Amino acid sequence: MTLTEEQMLATIKDVIEKNTIAVFMKGTPAQPKCGFSAAVVDIFKAMNVPFVGVDAIEDPRFRHVLSAHTQWPTLPQVFVSGKLIGGCDIVREMKASGELDRLVAEAVK
Amino acid sequence: MADLAEVKSLIEQALPGSQVTVTDLTGGGDHLAVVVEAPQFAGKGLVDQHQMIYAALKHKMLPVSREIHALQIRTSVLSR
Repeated sequence: MTLTEEQMLATIKDVIEKNTIAVFMKGTPAQPKCGFSAAVVDIFKAMNVPFVGVDAIEDPRFRHVLSAHTQWPTLPQVFVSGKLIGGCDIVREMKASGELDRLVAEAVK
Repeated sequence: MADLAEVKSLIEQALPGSQVTVTDLTGGGDHLAVVVEAPQFAGKGLVDQHQMIYAALKHKMLPVSREIHALQIRTSVLSR
């Protein structure tokens, strides 16, 4: 089934709203197709917290709709409690500083 | 592929007074790393800081262009 761009946007908003941690990525958590997406998945797996990974490149229009909505050009894009916290660099930095653990602990409470 | 000097200058123009280092990670000119110290980052979160850099380079990245495929960013506040 092919989604229209309006349906894609609705899906994106829904995923962000309904999941405490959502990752829009290249590939899936089981099979990431990019090192940066894999790195983010590994961080959340190591933290042992539930998260949802959405493949944003299966349909090339999807990432355009996503980036237009989020004003963020690259993948992965990580959302915690409905808010964009960043891509791979920021998530790594936040993990190293302990900020990610604090944010996630607060979010999954 | 992107011209590294142009990338540096686009960021410097968007963030006057910033110190910018651009590195080509693979030699292919499309996977870049930038280190940016800027006074404009003061009081801003990391998402805002990165968005300021993306805004400066928007004509070189998706969805506008594929010149830069991947951009690694490190930011810090430069005190005036």
